[in-house]
Amino acid sequence: MNGPHDVGGQMGFGPVAPEPNEPMFHADWEKRALGLTIAAGGMGHWSIDESRFARENRHPADYYSSSYYEIWIKGLETLLLQHGFITVADLAAGRPVDPSPTPRRVLREEAVATLVSVGTPCDRLLSASPEFAIGDRVRARNINPARHTRLPRYARGKVGLVVAMHGGFVFPDANAEGDRSAAQHLYTVRFAAAELWGPQGDVRSDVHIDAWESYLEPV
Amino acid sequence: MAARTRALETILVGKGLVDPAAVDALIETYETRVGPRNGARVVAKAWMDPSFAQWLRSDATAAIASLGYSGRQGEHMRALFNGDGVHNLVVCTLCSCYPWSVLGLPPVWYKSPPYRSRAVIDPRRVLGEFGVVLPAETRIEVWDSTAELRYLVIPQRPPNTDDLDEEQLAALVTRDSMIGTGFPRARP
Repeated sequence: MNGPHDVGGQMGFGPVAPEPNEPMFHADWEKRALGLTIAAGGMGHWSIDESRFARENRHPADYYSSSYYEIWIKGLETLLLQHGFITVADLAAGRPVDPSPTPRRVLREEAVATLVSVGTPCDRLLSASPEFAIGDRVRARNINPARHTRLPRYARGKVGLVVAMHGGFVFPDANAEGDRSAAQHLYTVRFAAAELWGPQGDVRSDVHIDAWESYLEPV
Repeated sequence: MAARTRALETILVGKGLVDPAAVDALIETYETRVGPRNGARVVAKAWMDPSFAQWLRSDATAAIASLGYSGRQGEHMRALFNGDGVHNLVVCTLCSCYPWSVLGLPPVWYKSPPYRSRAVIDPRRVLGEFGVVLPAETRIEVWDSTAELRYLVIPQRPPNTDDLDEEQLAALVTRDSMIGTGFPRARP
C-alpha cells in the first residue's frame, strides 16, 4: 500500500538525531512489547509480512505520532483481533473476557534459544528459471498495490541494473495475505541516484533495492 | 503505553497464548547475548584472514554462521566491503530491517523517519550529521533492505594496526561502522 511507512525520499522529518550512549530500551514496557510480539508470533498464525502490514496499515497521523514500539503494540493488537485470539471486550476489560481459539503452538521458554538461533529462513528452491540476469537493465514496474508490497514508491517506474541474483524467496505480497507457498526469484537492483532523484541526486551515489521478479520488467 | 502493554500481556498470558517466561527469555537474549560485539568479531576476522574475507564475499551467511552467529533477522546475510573510493550505507526505508544476529536490536534513529527518508536521497549530508565526512570523489552505495537479506558493512581496517590481534581489532569496530554511519576507532 502507498502507506505512511514508505518514507524513502520524503522530506520534512528533520535531521537524524543519534542519541549518545543510547539505551537498548527507553522504558520497561518496550521490552515487553518486543518479547510479546515475538512470543505471539511464535504461535505460528501469521508471517513477518502480515505483521509488517498490520503495522504499516494505519492512518498516517497515527503512524507518525507513534513511537516504534507503540506501532508494534498496535500492530500486535490488530493481528490478535484479526485472528480471533483477543476481542474488543478483552481489550476494554484489560483482562481475558472471551474465549479464544487454541493456537497451533505456544512458545515456551526452552524453545526461545532455538527460535532465535534458527530464525525463519525464507529462501525457496524454484523450478522456474530466472527471467533476468546480472547486468540486465530492468525497470521497476509502476504498480500501486492496495495491500502489502516491498517495492518502495521511489523506485517505481525507474530503470536500474541487476547486480545480484539470490534465487527464490517467499513473495511478501502473497505472504502477507497468508499464502506462504508463493515464491519468486529475488534480485538486487542498482539505481543511479540521478535516475531516482533527477538533478537533486548525488552524482556519486547509487541506491540498491532487493526486488522480486514480478516487481521488474525488461528494458 | 505501559498500561496498554501490561493489559495485553495480562490477556495473552491469561488465555494461555503466551508464556511470560518465554517473554523474559527473549528480552534477556537481546539485552545480553546478541549485539554488535558479534559483528565486530566478524569484521576483525575479515581484517585478519583474507580467506575468511573471501568467504564473506561469496557466502556471508555461512561465513558468519561459522562464528556462531545465525538466525532471527540474520537468516540471509550479505557483507558489503568498503574500499578506497567506495563507502556503503545500509537503511530500511519501509520499516526497520537490520541484521539482529550480528548487530542486535537497531537504535531508535535507524528506525525513525528522518534517517529512513533521507539516507536514500541525501546520503552524503546524512553521513555528515554522523561526523562521517568522505572525500567528494568517494562513491556512496546505499542499500535499502527491502527483502529478507540483511546487510553488514565491513569497514576499512584502520591504519597502523598490523600488530594488533583479533580481539584488539574487534574492540576498534563500532556498531555504526557496520551500518555505514561511522568509522572504526583509531587505535588507542
